[in-house]
Amino acid sequence: MSAIAKLARQPWIFAFVAAVAVWLATAAFTHGQGAGGVLSVAFTFATFFVIVAIGQMFVVTLGPGNVDLSIPATMTLAGTVSMKIMDGANWMILPGYLIAVAVGLVVGLFNVALIRLLRIPPIIATLSSSFVIQSAAIWYNRGLRVKPPTLLADFTTAKIFGLPVLAIIVILIAAVMHVVLTRTVYGRTVIAIGQNARAARLAGLDVGRVRLATYVMCAVFAASCGYVLAGFSGGAALNMGQEYLLSSIAVVVIGGTSVAGGFANVPGLWGAALFLFLLVTMLNTFGLGAGVRLVLTGLIIITVIVIAGGSRANAR
Amino acid sequence: MSLQEVDSGPAPALAPAAVSLAGVEKRFGAVTALAGVSLAVPKGACVGLVGHNGAGKSTLMNVLAGTLAPDTGSVAITGRDVTAGYAIATARENGVRCIFQEGSLCPNLTVAENARIEHPSLTGFSWRTDAGRLIRQKLDEIFPGHGIRPGAMVADLSIARRQMVEIARAFTVTASPVDVVILDEPTSSLDQTIAEQLLAHIRRFVEAGGSAIFISHLLGEVLEISDRVVVMRDGKVVAERPARDFDRDGLVAAMGSVAAAASAAPAASRRTAAPRVDIDAGRGSTVRLTAHTGEIVGLAGLAGHGQTDALLTVFDGGGAGDRVEGAVAFIAGDRQTDGAFPLWSIAENLGISSLGALRRGRLISTAAEDALAARWRERIGIRTPDVWNPLLSLSGGNQQKVLFARALASDADIILMDDPMRGVDVGTKQEVYKILREEADKGRTFLWYTTEMDELLICDHVYVFRDRMIVADLARADLTEEAVIQASFRHDA
Repeated sequence: MSAIAKLARQPWIFAFVAAVAVWLATAAFTHGQGAGGVLSVAFTFATFFVIVAIGQMFVVTLGPGNVDLSIPATMTLAGTVSMKIMDGANWMILPGYLIAVAVGLVVGLFNVALIRLLRIPPIIATLSSSFVIQSAAIWYNRGLRVKPPTLLADFTTAKIFGLPVLAIIVILIAAVMHVVLTRTVYGRTVIAIGQNARAARLAGLDVGRVRLATYVMCAVFAASCGYVLAGFSGGAALNMGQEYLLSSIAVVVIGGTSVAGGFANVPGLWGAALFLFLLVTMLNTFGLGAGVRLVLTGLIIITVIVIAGGSRANAR
Repeated sequence: MSLQEVDSGPAPALAPAAVSLAGVEKRFGAVTALAGVSLAVPKGACVGLVGHNGAGKSTLMNVLAGTLAPDTGSVAITGRDVTAGYAIATARENGVRCIFQEGSLCPNLTVAENARIEHPSLTGFSWRTDAGRLIRQKLDEIFPGHGIRPGAMVADLSIARRQMVEIARAFTVTASPVDVVILDEPTSSLDQTIAEQLLAHIRRFVEAGGSAIFISHLLGEVLEISDRVVVMRDGKVVAERPARDFDRDGLVAAMGSVAAAASAAPAASRRTAAPRVDIDAGRGSTVRLTAHTGEIVGLAGLAGHGQTDALLTVFDGGGAGDRVEGAVAFIAGDRQTDGAFPLWSIAENLGISSLGALRRGRLISTAAEDALAARWRERIGIRTPDVWNPLLSLSGGNQQKVLFARALASDADIILMDDPMRGVDVGTKQEVYKILREEADKGRTFLWYTTEMDELLICDHVYVFRDRMIVADLARADLTEEAVIQASFRHDA
C-alpha cells in the first residue's frame, strides 16, 4: 500500500496514467484490434518527442523565462546539412552525425551569445535565432530532398520484438539523463538556478557555465533529433521540425516538470510523449473531424496539466 | 518612557497637542518594534526624532500616518481619540501627512499626475493643469529655482528631485488641511543648499502654526530645526528634552548605552602575517578592508551604507590590486532572495555548497549528503525530525541555521555574513556565536556585517561604514558602542 502511495506521489505518474487510459480507450473502441501495433507506432514517434524534450526540460528548469524556441529550426538545419553531406553514402553515417552535432553546438553557442552578451531574453533570442537558422537551412538545401544512407534508414526503422531499436536507445539515454539531473553537480546546479538564481550564485555555484552548457546541450539534442528524424522519414524536409516547437514544451509540462523552473523529472517525458501521440491516435480512431480533434487535444492537455499540477501543489 | 529624562519644555501647551500617541505597542512576530511609546507633538512646534537602526522610529511614524495599526495604545488628534479605525484616509482627513523614507511616487506618472493622486478633489477636464499648477506653486515656494516641470515623468527625475516633489506634494492643500507633517529622513538624498531650503520651509510652516516631526541621522540638522528632541532606543523613548539642552555628543550618548558591555579579554592580535583579505571597500575609502586568518572582522554602520557591497566585492574576488586568498562562502541575511532554495529539502539546501566533497566517483552520494546534514543538525541544532523534510517546514530561525551550516560545512576559508542574525532568537544566537569562535580558532576568517552592537563586540576588528566608505577602523581595544555610533553619523551635519 505504501509503495502505491509513494508511486502516486511521483510527479511523472499522471502522464503514464493518462497514456494508459487513452490507449485502453482506443483499444476498447476497436475491440482490441491493433492495440499492440498502435503501441509500437506510439513508441516510434514518442522517441523523437523525447529526444528534444530532454533538452527542453533542462532549459525550462533553469527558471522563469528560460525556453528554447529554436528547436524546430535546429532540427531542420542539422537534418538538411547532414543529409546533403552524407549524400546517401553509408560510410558517412558517423561523420554525418558528428556534423549534425556540430550544427547543434554552433546554434547553442549562438543562442547563449544572444542571451548573455546582448542581454536578450531567452524567448526572444531563441525565436530570432530560429529565423536565422531556418533561413540558413533554406539557403543550403534549396528545396532538394536528399535521401538518407540506406543503413541509417534501416537502423531508424528497425525493431526488436516489436519495440523500435531507436526507442530502446532513447530510453537508455533518458535513464542516463535522469542520473545527470539528480546525481551530478551539473544537474543540481540547474535545479538550484531554477529555484533562485541569485542564491545559486551566492552558494558558490557556477551559474554562467551551467546556463551555457544547458542551452548548448538542448541544441545538440535537437540536432540529433533532426538527424535521426531525417533518416527515419526518408530525407530532411524544411518543415520537419514544425510540430516540435509546442509539443516539446507540452511534453515537458505534462511530464510533471515545473514551467516556473527548479523542479524537473525525466521519466515523465516518456509518459507525456506517449500520451500526446496516443491521444491523437484515439481521436482519429473515433473518426472525429480535424477541427474537433484539435479542440479536444487542447482541452485534454489542459485537463491533464491541471490534475497533475493540482495534486503536486497538494503534495507539498 | 523613562520619565527621569523628561523635563518641562519651554511651552507645554495648555491647548491639546496637534497629535499625540499614548502607550503604543507594536509587535512583528517575536520582535517588539514599539514597547509602549508615548509622544506628543504640540501645535506650532517641530519635534526631532533620533535613534539607531531598529530603534522603532519608522514604525512609530507608520502608526501615526495610519499605515500600521498599533497592537495597543491610542492615537489622538487635537485631543480627540481617533484610535478606532485609524487609517491613512483618517490621517489625511485630519491633516496628517507623511513623507516616507522610501518614496511613494509612481515612477511611470508625471509630477502633476502624482500630485493629483493625493487630491481627489481635482476633477473635470483641466485636472492635469490644476494639479500641475498646485505642485509648481508649492515647489516654487519651498525650493525656489527647482527646475522641475510638472509634465516631467517621475522616472526621469534624479533621486533628489523626486524627493523634492515628494516633499512639496505633502505640503499642498486642497480639500483637507495640512496640520502635521512627518518627514522621515527627508534630507538623505538632498544636497546642502536644497536641504537648507527645506529646513527654512519647515521653520516657516511651524511658525505659522503647523507641526512637524523630523527624523534624521544628521544630528546637527535635527538640533538646528527642532524645538524638542525625542531619542528612541529598542522601541522605547529614552530621552525627551528641548533641543537647546542637547548637544551632538549628548544625543549620541542617549542613543547608545554609555557603558560598553563587558567583553571578553581581547585576544592576542592576529594581525602579524599577510592578510587573507585586503580590498578597497568603496570609492574614496582611505582605509583598506583587511582580514587575517582566524579573525572575525565586523562591518558596522547604519544599514545600507555599503557593507553588503563590500562583502560582494570579496565574494567576487575583488578588483585590481585587491587580494582575496582562499575559498569564499556567503551567508545571506535576506533568506528569500539570497539564500533559500524553497523546493528543496533541508539536506539538499545544506549540501549545495559542498557538492564536490559529496561525490563518490562522478555522482553525488545520497548517503554522504545525509551524513553531512545529520552532522550539522546535531552541531548547530536544527530542529527537525528528518533532514529530508522540506526546508520550508522549518521556522525562520532554523532555516537561517541551515544557511549557516551550508557555509560552515563547505570548504570555504573566508565566510561572509550579510547580517544573517536578523529575526533569530537569543538562544540560537548564543549557540551560533560559540560556533563562529570555534571555527575562527580553527583558522577560518569571518567578515560579518551586522547592525547589532552585541555582535560587534564579538569581533576582533571592526570597520565602520558611512556613505559607502570606511570611516573608522577600530581594533578590539578601541571598540565601544559610542565609537561606532560617533563614526556612523556625519560630523559636518
